[in-house]
Amino acid sequence: MLNPALIKEFKNIVGAENVFTDDADLLTYSYDAAVVKPVVPALVIRPTTSEALGRSVKVCGENGLPVTVRGAGTNLSGGTVPTAREGVVILTNGLKRILEINEADMYAVVQPGVVTAQFAAAAQAKGLFYPPDPGSQAVSTLGGNVAENAGGLRGLKYGVTSDYVMGLKFFDTNGEIVKTGAKTVKCATGYNLTGLLVGSEGTLGVFDEITLKLIPLPAHRKAMMAVFNQIIKASEAVAAIIAARIIPCTLEFMDNFTIRAVESYSRAGLPTDAAALLLIEVDGHPAMVEEDAVKVEEICRQQGAVDIRVAKDDAERDKVWAARRSALSALAKLKPTLVLEDATVPRSRIPEMVQAMQDIAAKYRLEIGTFGHAGDGNLHPTILTDKRNTEEWERVEAAIAAIFDKALAMGGTLSGEHGTGIAKSCFLEKETSPATIQYSRAVKAALDPRNILNPGKIIGG
Amino acid sequence: MSDMKALAHLMKELEDQLVVCMRCGMCQSVCPLYDQTGREADVARGKLALLDGLMHEMFKDPEGVYERLNKCLLCGSCAANCPSGVNVLEIFMKARAILTGYMDLPPAKKLVLRGMLAHPELFDRMAEWGARFQKVFTRPVNDVVGTSCARVISPLLGRRHFKNLAETPFHKMVPVLKTRPGKSGVRAAFYVGCLIDKIFPHIAQAVVDVLTYHEVGIVLPENQACCGIPAVSSGDMKTFRSLLEHNLNSFNPGEFDYLVTACATCTSTFKEVWPAMAEAAGNGDMGLLRRVERIAEKTMDINAFMVNIIGLAPPVRGVGGDTENPPEVITYHDPCHLKKALGVSVEPRAMIKANPRYQLKEMASSDWCCGMGGSFNLQYYGISSTIGRQKRDNIVATGCSSVATGCPACMLQIADALSRSGDRVAVRHPVEIYAEQLKRHEN
Repeated sequence: MLNPALIKEFKNIVGAENVFTDDADLLTYSYDAAVVKPVVPALVIRPTTSEALGRSVKVCGENGLPVTVRGAGTNLSGGTVPTAREGVVILTNGLKRILEINEADMYAVVQPGVVTAQFAAAAQAKGLFYPPDPGSQAVSTLGGNVAENAGGLRGLKYGVTSDYVMGLKFFDTNGEIVKTGAKTVKCATGYNLTGLLVGSEGTLGVFDEITLKLIPLPAHRKAMMAVFNQIIKASEAVAAIIAARIIPCTLEFMDNFTIRAVESYSRAGLPTDAAALLLIEVDGHPAMVEEDAVKVEEICRQQGAVDIRVAKDDAERDKVWAARRSALSALAKLKPTLVLEDATVPRSRIPEMVQAMQDIAAKYRLEIGTFGHAGDGNLHPTILTDKRNTEEWERVEAAIAAIFDKALAMGGTLSGEHGTGIAKSCFLEKETSPATIQYSRAVKAALDPRNILNPGKIIGG
Repeated sequence: MSDMKALAHLMKELEDQLVVCMRCGMCQSVCPLYDQTGREADVARGKLALLDGLMHEMFKDPEGVYERLNKCLLCGSCAANCPSGVNVLEIFMKARAILTGYMDLPPAKKLVLRGMLAHPELFDRMAEWGARFQKVFTRPVNDVVGTSCARVISPLLGRRHFKNLAETPFHKMVPVLKTRPGKSGVRAAFYVGCLIDKIFPHIAQAVVDVLTYHEVGIVLPENQACCGIPAVSSGDMKTFRSLLEHNLNSFNPGEFDYLVTACATCTSTFKEVWPAMAEAAGNGDMGLLRRVERIAEKTMDINAFMVNIIGLAPPVRGVGGDTENPPEVITYHDPCHLKKALGVSVEPRAMIKANPRYQLKEMASSDWCCGMGGSFNLQYYGISSTIGRQKRDNIVATGCSSVATGCPACMLQIADALSRSGDRVAVRHPVEIYAEQLKRHEN
């Protein structure tokens, strides 16, 4: 419990109704979507103006209170789990205004609490496209997407959140505004602080405004489903499509375990005896889309696809993607606890990685459904378990470590899109080097000398 | 107050259901309450975390949890959208029962539930007195919506615009019915429900007319009791059990093929709440559970029954719907208890479309909750009416002259929202729209 004078000060800044001190309320901000230990904060505040946000950060800075900024709390690496000692959670869902959508210059300025899907819809209503589409986009906030450098199904062709952040305004620990980047396509002034802050998981500053790049909506698109009777053939087809210099906007993979789960859950008409499926969509100029679609189909056949179903209209296309979107739900229904990993490898190593996942599942006697963004090397091996079963949970932890080791051995990364948070911070040195951790800690210490910004995340400490 | 260990032990019964929530937070995108408040304790994930916290004795604040658990519309939007399939409503209802048992009912609720609702004949009599004297206290405000408001400031009614109690409740007009099936060969029991009986008796009449037209045999037992949802949602298992037994004794499943209702909430209570809660209410009485399951299997929404079992009569052109009389624009609101709980959304629309006098125009977010939530509306009228206002805006944006919905509780909430904005939009039930069309067949 914080001292009453501080609580009163926060109430003055954000209004009494936006300061939560009851045990019951505090408990509801102790977790996020990651399977990590919950930590109950000392206080939760919900500023509804920029000014209140800045003043709140300043008070925390002056008093050395650790701050964890939280949008929708959909984080999959524990990045929004607060810290134990006098931890303050600052909610951003009261800062949810789209400040500007500029059609002529194709950018938008938003507050951090804007929900991703709502923003994408607002852009689309003006004929513009915001491609990053994390699985949680119906609830996730843009502030969180930027802080975690979120990805999504369209990463292969359109990249991830960092590819769309043109500039930021954020508060430092003194509550002062720092401005980075610009509304121009090009910007070469100063340090690339935008690059430093994107993916910093709330450890270096608190976002106030985000300037996002928008692009034209693709004129045409075509989706198809390719069926394989050997997993290796499907993953080789992925590599072959990329090698042929075709970049689909989406190239998704689903293994047999996932296919069967999806089919029994949604009756989408998937071939349950298939070893693997590829769900592919190409988009862009109509003539090129048609040409690419034919080529992709040819490549899949050459690589041994036993069936290819091309969506003839929007309804069929929606069916293809409904099947993919329900993968997580379908798997989630099988067991109480679900660990969704996102270790990522260079895409040419996808066949090897898929094989490794099968071996790990067998070795640790676990059910692992594998699906995900094969086109960008970002698979989601999904371990099904029940965290109450301690013996099994130990095997799950060992399997996760084995997945990371495998990905790193192939020149991959611990996380394609979920972030480091607390779940992966102890593995970070394996991917980088002791000097990298020291360098990062030096940056953090210089910018946040009292270590109040989301302490313990990414680099530990 | 007994000790926390005992409560944690009771909560353990919910453990297998609670552990299914993986805290993904997808419920935030569909929760009408969270949409208004942005508070995690208002959305399913937060409430489930609180129950989990009590179970693991992570903190000692059962009152705090009880209060937050009760602040819920029980609309089921979260459950319908849940990737893990968490049975949110069942968990909430069971937890409310456990916490109510632990802390006892608030006196006002005890009076209403145990003093009145649990005794159907007394409840009927009190409603009749209410109908007789209501004109003294209320005055009409909107003749199209058919609403009144309080003449003097009243803590119970507040700023509400409400539908008055009907002068004659349905059970006085038609106390009992037992007709033989004609060419349909189907016998249907008709459960009227409190709101339809006492506020919208003409909807019950429309049900009888429609069944009669299609030569469906009707079994309408007298002295019907409340379905029990107000008791269950208040955690009052004692009242729930007494209402359940009263209804089970009135409706003998051997006498009918289907049991129909025109109330989305009553239908979902019979079909889902009864089986989920009967075992707990009956203290493990398996005989009671089997009787409940037999009724639940036969229960159907009237729209679904007409469209899927009986088949609608083809439209007859006549008054309206032709070149001289262009059809009136009507829109449809999906009650949560019909669409999200039972998956009934096509059928009520088919009922409306069968009447060429109307042209159905969809509103935005037709399945977004109207904000009623039964007793939620009484406890949290401010939030309830803000959610209702959004629904009103979506209805009015269609330019309709009437709005239909398959739930009398939604009808009350929508009537309040429309009336308070001064909109001249009639609030109807799809079965009324269809019954109106059948009259043309007869003429």
